[in-house]
Amino acid sequence: MPQSLYGVKEESKAIWVYLEQDDGVLENVSLEMFAKGREMADQLKWKLVGLLVGQGVAPLAKTAISHGADEIRIADHPLLAQFTIDAYGKMVFEAVMDGKPSVFLIGATPNGRDLAGRLAVRFRTGLNADCTNLHMDKKGGLLVSEVSGFGGGVVAMIEMHAHRPQMATVRPGVFALNEPDGNRKGEIITLPVALQPEMIKTRILECVKSGVVDLTRVPVLVVGGRGVNGDFATLRNLAGLLGGDVGATRPPVDEGHIERERQIGQTGVICSPKVAICCGLSGAFHLLVGIEKADVVVSVNSDPEAPIFEFSDYYIVGDVNQYLPAIIAALQTRREVSHA
Amino acid sequence: MPELRTVVCVKIVPKSEEIRVDYSTKLLDRSNAHSEINPPDMNALEIALGVKDRYGGRVDIVSMGPPYFEPLLRIGLAMGCDHIYLLSDRAFGGADTLATTYTLAQGIQKMGGADLIICGEESADGATGQVPAGLAEWLDVSQLTLLTEINLDLTRRMGIGRRSLKGGYEILESPLPCVVSVKTASNEPRFMDFSRKLWAYEKDRVTVWNAVDLKADPQCIGLAGSPTTVSELAKVPVRERKRQKLAGSLDEVSGELVTIIQKAL
Repeated sequence: MPQSLYGVKEESKAIWVYLEQDDGVLENVSLEMFAKGREMADQLKWKLVGLLVGQGVAPLAKTAISHGADEIRIADHPLLAQFTIDAYGKMVFEAVMDGKPSVFLIGATPNGRDLAGRLAVRFRTGLNADCTNLHMDKKGGLLVSEVSGFGGGVVAMIEMHAHRPQMATVRPGVFALNEPDGNRKGEIITLPVALQPEMIKTRILECVKSGVVDLTRVPVLVVGGRGVNGDFATLRNLAGLLGGDVGATRPPVDEGHIERERQIGQTGVICSPKVAICCGLSGAFHLLVGIEKADVVVSVNSDPEAPIFEFSDYYIVGDVNQYLPAIIAALQTRREVSHA
Repeated sequence: MPELRTVVCVKIVPKSEEIRVDYSTKLLDRSNAHSEINPPDMNALEIALGVKDRYGGRVDIVSMGPPYFEPLLRIGLAMGCDHIYLLSDRAFGGADTLATTYTLAQGIQKMGGADLIICGEESADGATGQVPAGLAEWLDVSQLTLLTEINLDLTRRMGIGRRSLKGGYEILESPLPCVVSVKTASNEPRFMDFSRKLWAYEKDRVTVWNAVDLKADPQCIGLAGSPTTVSELAKVPVRERKRQKLAGSLDEVSGELVTIIQKAL
């Protein structure tokens, strides 16, 4: 096996979390990893460190500390203003080689995956991708990563013995956030940055951001499947009345009825709503993964044998196209009554 | 200027909807599953063939896997690709991302390199999505990921891609050679060209290389070259639900459901 650039003997007993930010706003997944990281670090009495890279990002260090970090290492430089794999790759590589953490966690976002995939090879180490859970094996300080496989209801536990850092990318939305504690104290270390413009080969010519959809934390999720026949307007209406948002199973997404970023489940978004309302969907396993964390699951499907009923708290056997308008009407009537 | 060369990395996977889980053995039962080109790789093939349509040159397929991959890979030839390089050796088995990307990189280097190396976003069976970036690192070239479109500026030897991001996109430019990953379902893969079918199934269309051909370091391939190990395979614990059926008239049931929803909020 190729040896990693540093091994178990040289590692520092620390869990590092890569703090991804975009335009000075931290990605939720970075803070979610602090919640889990804090728990694992406490268990082993290790240090929890955040690595913050960008330009003008110093104010974010306090946020990270309030969410559980013991230490924040900051690389702040004009050439880090935008994410390029060349600049961020070099900076993060140098920071990790300097600190040699045992564990290095990155959010499984588009840029996080770019960075993790590239750096794992540079370190000659393994990478557990898109993990849905993590824990530390107490004795050896081994990271055990849970990876869900193949839409088939199995999870694999993956570990790595000799190679460091133990790298994992973490699926957004799988860990709950810690309550921030403004009184928490932490150390802030500024890292030297040795970047030159000619090192950056990739150029961002244009960046267009419209409304970002984040379904991971909506209180009510209304999910539509094949049975809604592409009519997401009614689902939106219901979601709007309940202060929630709309998601979908794969077929309506593939058929172009709704944006791909609204796909729920194993290859899509993992949500943790108070209520998930499943409309005209059968309940394939890869979908169920996305609503498993819901407090309450209700479903409507005309097929009395639909597997989704097994995974629902309350269900209605009936045509969604008939029931949804009735549910919306009932909801509106009650509002009128309560406002009268 | 030499001919433009595009390489597409293709994997053959069991059809996900035909896979069953044997909970008694905790193993995936693939015995009744047919195999197919990994669906995201079909989007990669389409992008690559679009490059060939517009800028000329050739498109070769590289794949790591057992001999049974071969006939399925030939679908890519019938779609418009020019040649298949199948990296096949028992010693490649059990590879994780590090060993897989190393082997693919060795294969691409033996092919003489490429201007564009195009991958699907992720594999349907592994779904790690980490191969494109890892491959770019082994090859020491740039990467453009999650693209929905790519254009080339051949005088400046640049690839210009549109990268899909949540709630928006980026237009990025990177020098060639470059590794590209293609956003799943971002295009409509073309059908086979039936006039190419006979040609596609000719023997000479495929080159098979083993570990020795690739001069691969035995310590870097397959299980031996994979730092990660699967310690346990388990059934996902399914959360128990109440499973209460609501029955009655349309209005009664709808009202009851609204009560339940409002109580939960």
